[in-house]
Amino acid sequence: MATIAGLASAEQLEEEWHEEPGLGSFLTTVDHKRIGKRYLYTGLLFLVLGGVESLFMRVQLAHSNLHVLDPETYNQLFTMHGVTMMFLFATPVLSGFGNYLVPLMIGARDMAFPRLNAFGYWVFLGAGVFFYSSFVVHKLPDAGWFNYTPLSDSVYSIGPNVDFYALGLIFMGISTTAGSINFIVTILKMRAPGMSLDRMPIFVWGELAMALTVVFALPALTLANFLLELERRAGFHFFAPDKGGQPLLWQHLFWIFGHPEVYLVVLPALGIASAIIPTMCRRPMIGYTYIVLAEMAIALIGFGVWVHHMFATGLPTIGLGFISLTSFLVVIPSGVQIFAWLATLWAGKPILKTPMLFILGFIVLFVIGGLSGPMLAAIPLDQQVTDTYFVVAHFHYVLVGGAMFPIFAGIYFWAPKMTGRLLHDGWGKVSFWTMFIGFNALFFPMHILGLRGQPRRMYTYQPGHGWDSLNLLETIGAFVLALGILITFINWVWSAKRGQEAGHDPWRGDTLEWATTSPPAEYNFENIPTIRSREPMWDQPELGAHGQPVEAGGRGLGGGHNTLCTSLLEAEPEVVVPMPHESPWPLLLTIALFFVFLGLVIRSPFFWGVAALAGVVSTAGWFWPRNQTQET
Amino acid sequence: MAELLVPTGQPDELLPTTGSGTKNFGWWGMVLFIGVEATLFTLLLVSYFYLRFRSGPVWPPDGIENPKLKLVLIMSAVLWSSSYPVHMAHHAIKKNGDVKRLKIYLAIGFVLGAIFLALQLGQEYPDIARHEFTPRTDAYGSLFFTITGLHGAHVLVGLLMSAWVQLRAWQGAFDRHHHVSVQNFTMYWHFVDIVWLFVLTTLYLSPQL
Repeated sequence: MATIAGLASAEQLEEEWHEEPGLGSFLTTVDHKRIGKRYLYTGLLFLVLGGVESLFMRVQLAHSNLHVLDPETYNQLFTMHGVTMMFLFATPVLSGFGNYLVPLMIGARDMAFPRLNAFGYWVFLGAGVFFYSSFVVHKLPDAGWFNYTPLSDSVYSIGPNVDFYALGLIFMGISTTAGSINFIVTILKMRAPGMSLDRMPIFVWGELAMALTVVFALPALTLANFLLELERRAGFHFFAPDKGGQPLLWQHLFWIFGHPEVYLVVLPALGIASAIIPTMCRRPMIGYTYIVLAEMAIALIGFGVWVHHMFATGLPTIGLGFISLTSFLVVIPSGVQIFAWLATLWAGKPILKTPMLFILGFIVLFVIGGLSGPMLAAIPLDQQVTDTYFVVAHFHYVLVGGAMFPIFAGIYFWAPKMTGRLLHDGWGKVSFWTMFIGFNALFFPMHILGLRGQPRRMYTYQPGHGWDSLNLLETIGAFVLALGILITFINWVWSAKRGQEAGHDPWRGDTLEWATTSPPAEYNFENIPTIRSREPMWDQPELGAHGQPVEAGGRGLGGGHNTLCTSLLEAEPEVVVPMPHESPWPLLLTIALFFVFLGLVIRSPFFWGVAALAGVVSTAGWFWPRNQTQET
Repeated sequence: MAELLVPTGQPDELLPTTGSGTKNFGWWGMVLFIGVEATLFTLLLVSYFYLRFRSGPVWPPDGIENPKLKLVLIMSAVLWSSSYPVHMAHHAIKKNGDVKRLKIYLAIGFVLGAIFLALQLGQEYPDIARHEFTPRTDAYGSLFFTITGLHGAHVLVGLLMSAWVQLRAWQGAFDRHHHVSVQNFTMYWHFVDIVWLFVLTTLYLSPQL
């Protein structure tokens, strides 16, 4: 009866979508919520690793002429700190939020390619393990996170350190690319009926901008590392000038990727801010259209500014002038967003709970970073402070202030959806203020030290420069910041068991992730809702913990293992798509790839040959249909 | 196999369970994957011109002669002609559900692609490596073998995909409404053929100017 009418009962859905808890489903799950949480937890683990690395560096720099670390270890630490924070913390954690939230926010039951989603996580984990396996042989990458040639070529970097870097990034790139393609298709084709593009939550716009940036930026990094490995391993010539190569080719390729990379970290973080502000101000966002256009503009302009990382390399002045101009242009869309947030704060009634505090802190830090940004876009100033701590201060304000603070806001805001319990607000505020004070004590003096000439990446310095006291302050700040982060982690773990029950909608939010239980059922929504507003939770009173009843437009899709494919612009229903079940192949393919890359590092063609064969078999297994005649 | 319609739960609304083109997730996935690959090749060709114009006035450098065209033009003709049967294979299943023609056209496309690869690996590369230059000679040699080699690797992947679609066709997986794999393979194959146009122009033709 139910099937005939296309109605869905919770029991039916439960049976279809349930994944038996245990090791089996742990290794084979394709549930976007489980995968999203994994991204989040693993990424935060890497935050701890990268953070501990930076604490070691800060201890080494606390005073002149210290010898806590030898120069070689220091090189490895600052390289891995950068690689870890950019590739293994910021990007995956923001993917984690996206993975968890995007299907919920757009009213879908999963991502478009669930197995590819699982694969993306496993490859991320594999790449992280791959990078850090170099620690076992004390050969961590050591040529800086941007790994300039000729420092990184086989003449000046003899050991396998740089190979771990280059191959690790190619490996990681598979994960990021797969994840981004998945995000784009999910966002464009799986929005609930009625959620036309102009009703899409800004957070989802941020993830879309990020994913599009990855598609067109990441190939540059993959290519650069591919060419570097050919040069280091096979004797090809791309970067070494004696046989017609160009060292600057590396820098161009790296920064054609590298600057968009900065934005693809910041864009989803801006999306988090735009998700939290309206809810916590109890009013719709002011300037929705302008914010969306600004996000897209930032993503686009991000492709035209890479040379500002190369102002000091002696390129022709006319090119530099152009890039300086585009770099200044970034200020406009960034400013548009900030003023839209301020206007919303001004017009609303801000509730100063922890998530909001982190967002306010983020706005302050992002504006400070936004002020040193245009300073660096001015070529004469940039050439003076290139490779000093002024630059370090700038990018930590935009990246830590601009991404980590929103991430922490997101934890306080959405963890209740994931665990069903609120984090402790009082300890949250303690954590915020500790982090905020620690952050500024750590990074603000770097502006001053940079202008006084302290170069980055020096493992120690001589006394008498007047650098000692500020460096000591920075080191203290680093530990205070670490303490603040630790408080949130403890708060999170404690609250997951003992926190106050959240209910389905603790913040009275405006978007669809609140129209389902906390934590949500495996199928997310009993009925795929029909959307009639940009703030559906505020304007459609029928939406509650159990989604939307059929009478109000909900679609049960017959209760099967299905989700809905809708049209690109207006989100009109097109196809009822049967979704794949759990699969072991994403993990097996990842293991095969891991050994391919390991085989390449240890230069064993037999080793990587066998692993590659296993990879081909895994791919075939992945695509092998469960039902011989079924083609979708 | 008829098209399967299922009720969505809204009164009198029936929707299919498969779609092709923009109504299929796989189509979008392939389009974006091609976007990634196109970016990769674009950057590789830009790198070629970057190194070329930073090199001395003579290109190819180090006394290497201009690329010879006879063999490569034959190879190009073979490769590009493969796009026709591949297109017809897709057309046969999409328009008429004709599995027999699908198999035959797929096989023709496969053979043409394989001939291209065989000529590249068996004839062109050994000739060049023996008489002219290797990837280790200089940046020119590295670029030549990297770019053509990467394209060749894509042809190989295309051949594997073609074999896979052929296998699925023999299993009876395709009919008029179910042919997403065919469609995705076709797009990928045309893409690899189009890339070759740019590779040919850049590596073989532009040094002649």
